[in-house]
Amino acid sequence: MRIGVFICHCGSNIAATVDCPAVAEQAKGLQDVVFTTDTMYTCSEPGQNEIIEAIKEHKLDGVVVASCSPRMHEATFRRALERAGLNRYMLEMANIREHVSWIGKNKERNTVKAFELVSIAVAKLRNNNPLYANKFDVTKRVLVIGGGVAGIQAALDCADAGYQVVMVEREQSIGGKMAKIDKTFPTVDCSSCILGPKMVDVSQHENITLYALSEVEKIEGYVGNFDVQVRKKATYVNWDECTGCGACMEKCPSKKNIDKFNEGISKCTSINIPFPQAIPKKAAINPEGCLMLQKGKCGVCAKVCPTKCIDFEQKDEIITEKVGAVIAATGYDMFDHSVYKQYGAGQYPDVITSLQYERLMNASGPTGGHIIRPSDGKEPKKVVFVQCVGSRDPSVGRPYCSGFCCMYTAKQAILTKDHIPDSDSYVFYMDIRSPGKGYDEFTRRAQEQYGVQYLRGRVSMIYPKGDRYVVRGSDTLAGTQVEVEADLVVLAVGAESAKNAPALAEKMRISYDNYGFFMEAHPKLKPVETNTAGVYLAGSCVGPRDIPTSVGQGSAAAAKVMTLFSKDKLESDPQVSSVNTSRCIGCMKCATTCPFGAIKEVTDRAGNVKAEVIETVCQGCGICTVTCPQGAIQLQHFTDNQILAEVNALCQAQLDF
Amino acid sequence: MSISVGYYPGCSGSGTSVEYDKSTRAVCKKLGIELHEIDDWSCCGSTPAHTVNHTLSAALSARNLVLAAKQGQEEVVTPCPSCLANLRTASHKIEDEEYRPKVEALLDESCEEAASVASTLQLIIERVGIDAIKKAVVKPLKDLNVACYYGCIMNRPPELMKFDDPENPMAMDKIMEACGATVLPFPLKVECCGAAAGMPKKNIVTELSGRLLEVADSLNTEIIVTACPLCQMNLDLRQGQVNRANGKSYDIPVVYFTQLLGLALGLSAEEVGLSKLVVDPTPRLRFADVL
Amino acid sequence: METIPLNSPDREFIREVQERSGQNVLACYQCGNCTAGCPYNFAYDLSVSRVMRLVQLGQREAVLKSHSIWLCATCQSCTTRCPNSIDVAKIMDVLRHMAREAGYATERNVKAFGDAFLESVEKHGRVYELGVTATYIRKTGRFWTDVDLAPAMLPKNKLSIKPHEIRGKEHVSEIFKRFRERDAVKENS
Repeated sequence: MRIGVFICHCGSNIAATVDCPAVAEQAKGLQDVVFTTDTMYTCSEPGQNEIIEAIKEHKLDGVVVASCSPRMHEATFRRALERAGLNRYMLEMANIREHVSWIGKNKERNTVKAFELVSIAVAKLRNNNPLYANKFDVTKRVLVIGGGVAGIQAALDCADAGYQVVMVEREQSIGGKMAKIDKTFPTVDCSSCILGPKMVDVSQHENITLYALSEVEKIEGYVGNFDVQVRKKATYVNWDECTGCGACMEKCPSKKNIDKFNEGISKCTSINIPFPQAIPKKAAINPEGCLMLQKGKCGVCAKVCPTKCIDFEQKDEIITEKVGAVIAATGYDMFDHSVYKQYGAGQYPDVITSLQYERLMNASGPTGGHIIRPSDGKEPKKVVFVQCVGSRDPSVGRPYCSGFCCMYTAKQAILTKDHIPDSDSYVFYMDIRSPGKGYDEFTRRAQEQYGVQYLRGRVSMIYPKGDRYVVRGSDTLAGTQVEVEADLVVLAVGAESAKNAPALAEKMRISYDNYGFFMEAHPKLKPVETNTAGVYLAGSCVGPRDIPTSVGQGSAAAAKVMTLFSKDKLESDPQVSSVNTSRCIGCMKCATTCPFGAIKEVTDRAGNVKAEVIETVCQGCGICTVTCPQGAIQLQHFTDNQILAEVNALCQAQLDF
Repeated sequence: MSISVGYYPGCSGSGTSVEYDKSTRAVCKKLGIELHEIDDWSCCGSTPAHTVNHTLSAALSARNLVLAAKQGQEEVVTPCPSCLANLRTASHKIEDEEYRPKVEALLDESCEEAASVASTLQLIIERVGIDAIKKAVVKPLKDLNVACYYGCIMNRPPELMKFDDPENPMAMDKIMEACGATVLPFPLKVECCGAAAGMPKKNIVTELSGRLLEVADSLNTEIIVTACPLCQMNLDLRQGQVNRANGKSYDIPVVYFTQLLGLALGLSAEEVGLSKLVVDPTPRLRFADVL
Repeated sequence: METIPLNSPDREFIREVQERSGQNVLACYQCGNCTAGCPYNFAYDLSVSRVMRLVQLGQREAVLKSHSIWLCATCQSCTTRCPNSIDVAKIMDVLRHMAREAGYATERNVKAFGDAFLESVEKHGRVYELGVTATYIRKTGRFWTDVDLAPAMLPKNKLSIKPHEIRGKEHVSEIFKRFRERDAVKENS
């Protein structure tokens, strides 16, 4: 074998604390090494050309680059090898930047360690073989989980590009949080006026199949070929027949159900359409409140339904769909403020959440857009907004900033003045976070033009006094305690991950953080991708996002799906396990430990049981290789021989500089 | 079921809060709790000690926990939250192997064997229980509107006190309910009354206790129920000072929970030391047919 | 108003507060929740959150000379509600210790009351309430302290005329003696 070794200076990143020429010189003594050099920037165009020329000139059949982390430039150098006619897997990298120069200051010892890493790479490369990818078909359909604004945008973009979309929505209607909001910041345009048409587009688009009141039960398979099971929950209404006329709602005698869409500030009937613009506009029965389903007596809805579509016998249904990609756009939930006992723990009727306040302000909400106190229906004249309830508070396990509360609070304070001109609004805040286009100007407008009183400090306590509420906070700018007697208190509750987000993440085999938000493949450079090929993210399932960002991410995720679907065939990664059938004894221990279900049982011509790896499913984790009692299953590019050669090299490396 | 624990009355128990000590002993006897007063107990050091030095405070308190252990008591209860806070803090400090020698150096004896400490309120609600209290009530406090006021340190800081909710404690509320009283949703359950500022900074007490009485009055509270000698003194004995400072004329009796509990259990006004209170509760209790 | 010179913060002061309280004062992000909930704020010269800020800035004099640290009653509101779980009340306690050690007593009466109380404990083993009142009046010269309470108090016959002496009073007074002996040596609370 003829190996070339390239030691990169990375400007002064490596060269400042590693003697690169000395490492290159020493590497000449390693077995099979026929060429070594050190270069200023190996990743630059001249640097890559140097590799290509050396391969041709010295007839190299393997290359070691000692530079930065392979996460940074492995793909770059693999392409350079391919341009020179070598197989991409004949490259090995030694990470002498993150693992050496950046973490140690002693140049002498760094140089020794850099050489050791180079000798390990050479030893492994001597055991490398060219590997070749297989090709497989792509199912050009996409599953979008979640029908909030991010999911809607992603679905419409994919559908408009000509791909089939399956949308699964947990609630009875799509629209997500945006459908509940009255107006949007900083433009103060009507939320449902701009979202409504998009919701209608989803329902009318020939490429979109919508499953509402449904949840993803199971996802199997791999990029390009996922098998998805969707649980369509019983609605007790035949939606093919339901016209959404609402006759059932008018007559339903059970009127005391918690109205989830209105955030519990009003009650609704057991058979219900959540709001006038709902998509799909179909009725569904809440089985817990339904007299017929609970007690077997009633059935009024069935009697009045003009299309006779009520079906009390309906059961959940499992639907199977084949898709090639998945976009998770499952959004967020509001923080449950009942842990703040000092704010009344949710027991004071006129201390409400910001989303409840949106429903109070909304013309299609339960009060017809009139801001009134839930307790007595009176119009409040003093409204206090408390920010950072469940945000930036490590003591309740929510140390992060929810990002959008400062803005929606400014909007709500402005709208309060519009609704009730003789009212006063107070906002308790810690810092105003408004880094968006026109955002900071908007919060200034609240203060300068609408006279909203901003107070920099947290609120320690809220308690009732007469029919008002004493809000005791601080104004750290004035340097002291302040008190307001309020008619209504609005808690700007923060965002938290959607209920059951971790369980869904596990179904999709993607990671999630400590708070249940899904993890991007890279927080800066791969914001809508995940570490599982074919699974993409959009919107607040990654972390709190406002509407423009969510829409942008919906489009971005759709673009990623379109890029994937632009190919008819995909290449599988050859760095997967493979079974040496002559050694395999068919014990199938590998199949039981494989976390991805990538190993199946087959019978060879002699009738013996053998393990076989499904290459497209294998993720290359290597658990099977340590499970196999025979050493029959090996992870390509990380075989036992390759790893042992590395260990040997490390143990033998002894030199003086 | 009989419960037997060590008892630390605290200094005020033989002075300003003699009725708390008396009613606590009577109630415990009635509920089958044997209280063994720690022989030769000394002052916990109270607030003045911990404001001077934490080790001095721990040593003054630890003396009693060590004494209790020597007298065969693993567990001590005290009615007074201030004593409780000091004893509990000391207990934590002598459990800390690094800190213990500092306390031992002042005490000049080993602190390895020491009793644990809890409040009598916690003992009653957790070991006797609400059901048993309900069964034992012979004179229900019906038609009596009470507000339970816990004071600032019965439950706080929660990491130290580990009892009930730090913002909305319910132990006394539940006991009073079990006795048949109507418990008002008093929102200032854990707000400070002014504590020991009465003598050196009277205006602090008249301001803070004034706020408490104002809110209690707005709820039409007939009786304020407390579990702390200092709270009781500020609200009861100093109620006149509060009225004079704020131009008010509140006349709200402030009693210890053990006094009302005792009456409900059938003890006499004399047995719970009712006559020691400054604002006389007897008219209201008579009206509610408790006396 | 005074300009705070930031080039020369008293780092030793910050370190001492942190070490004696076991709290990280840098964790305070100045939300003001401690001030918001402090019942004593109306009587303070510096709000609690400003005390915390001045500690962060290493302003020993300004902090130890403040009245607030003497008026704090350790009611634990700040500690219980601090979003960053800082034991603020303990920091106030430690600042009071440091103020005492440095010879500051900006609230003479509060100090006098505490001293009178502890003298009583040292002498008798338990607090002798009438004795504390007498010592306090002697120390402060405030002869009219609480005389308005006498008409309500005296008929109740609660206050003992004589102190409750305990057998172990020597043991208690020796705790104080040993404390004073080693008080010269700085200790960490």
